[in-house]
Amino acid sequence: MTALLSVRDLRCARGGVPVLERVSFDLAVGQALILRGPNGVGKTTLLRTLAGLQPALSGEVICAEGVTAYASHADGIKTALTVAENLSFWAQVHDRTVPDSVYATFDLLALRDRAAGTLSAGQKRRVGLARLAVIGRPVLFLDEPTVSLDAFSVAMFAGWMRDVHLAGGGCAVIATHIDLQIDAPTLDLTPFVAAADADGGSDADFL
Amino acid sequence: MKALLWRDLALAVRAGGGFGLGLAFFLIVVVLVPFGVGPDRTILSAIAPGILWVAALLAALLSLDRIFALDYEDGALALLATAPVPLEGVALVKALAHWITTGLPLTLVAPLLGFFLNMDPAAYAYMFASLALGTPALSVIGSFGAALTVGLRRGGLLLSLLVLPLYVPTLIFGAEAVRRGVDQTGAAAPLMLVGAISLGCIALLPFAAAAVLRINLR
Repeated sequence: MTALLSVRDLRCARGGVPVLERVSFDLAVGQALILRGPNGVGKTTLLRTLAGLQPALSGEVICAEGVTAYASHADGIKTALTVAENLSFWAQVHDRTVPDSVYATFDLLALRDRAAGTLSAGQKRRVGLARLAVIGRPVLFLDEPTVSLDAFSVAMFAGWMRDVHLAGGGCAVIATHIDLQIDAPTLDLTPFVAAADADGGSDADFL
Repeated sequence: MKALLWRDLALAVRAGGGFGLGLAFFLIVVVLVPFGVGPDRTILSAIAPGILWVAALLAALLSLDRIFALDYEDGALALLATAPVPLEGVALVKALAHWITTGLPLTLVAPLLGFFLNMDPAAYAYMFASLALGTPALSVIGSFGAALTVGLRRGGLLLSLLVLPLYVPTLIFGAEAVRRGVDQTGAAAPLMLVGAISLGCIALLPFAAAAVLRINLR
């Protein structure tokens, strides 16, 4: 079984202060990993480090080039553009086209030509999640993907994740506080919290 | 890349995009000058190139902080940084979009506004040429400044303080080209220098902008 994503002894910092250490896991095709832990434990930091938005203090993330995608609460949806324009922009950036099925999958058919600024928070979130289906990256790092979604939409997203993304050869690391009903192992980050006096980082530059 | 350019242009012309703001500002500043200086034609004629250049500088400055700030706030910048497009290219394309929405219209209307300031008829062509060569530098330098201040609240003021001194060479040679054009003392050298500044900025600053964006995204 080849791993799409391997994380080895990763140590990551937020604002110069080490927050997590000794994080290791492997994800194979079709696997998801649910990150758990109390607020501030470092879920977002870990995801941003995995996505390459910030450097790790040590350790390594082994992953093919250009297969990862990151999504957080801020989903980069432009309020002045329509839903279709937003999605087709991200598709073009990734050299792809928007499959029509995306609108049905994420219940966006009726919203297609509405300006994103007129959508509710949950509707906007669905557009943000539809972006993940449009860009077609196999390795997803998702930070609280279900924020502001209703139960129906959560089930819809979980269904896409299970039946389309994971079944289609992808994998995902998902930080969430709710049960997505996806058959996936859970990684509680609490044991990996860096010791308070961990060296290798300092927040002096930020004070 | 092309998609990003079209998106930025579409955002600029839609509601709240700010297209035309710089242009209107330029117009108002230039129209105000004769009220402040008085209707003496020889004075106006003498200061016209300088006024037009300074007003163009300030107008370009007006929309700089939007280049990256909006994309940073809604998370699009982080998504672009993880997308298969080089961040250097993103910086260059965003500078280009800024130039198309501010620098280019300023260049086109500046000769018209020269009329308000009783600009010497011989100066029109030089005004157009020096702005056409110089405004790309304004956009590229400005996008670098915008990248530096992207994470800061109220970064616009700091941005002005950082960027305006960097605009000095372009301003000096741009206004000098028009003056020399009118005096027939050889405008080629300052025009070439303005062009050289623009080309140098276009070649180097997107890399600097991408580097500071990566740091600001951490």
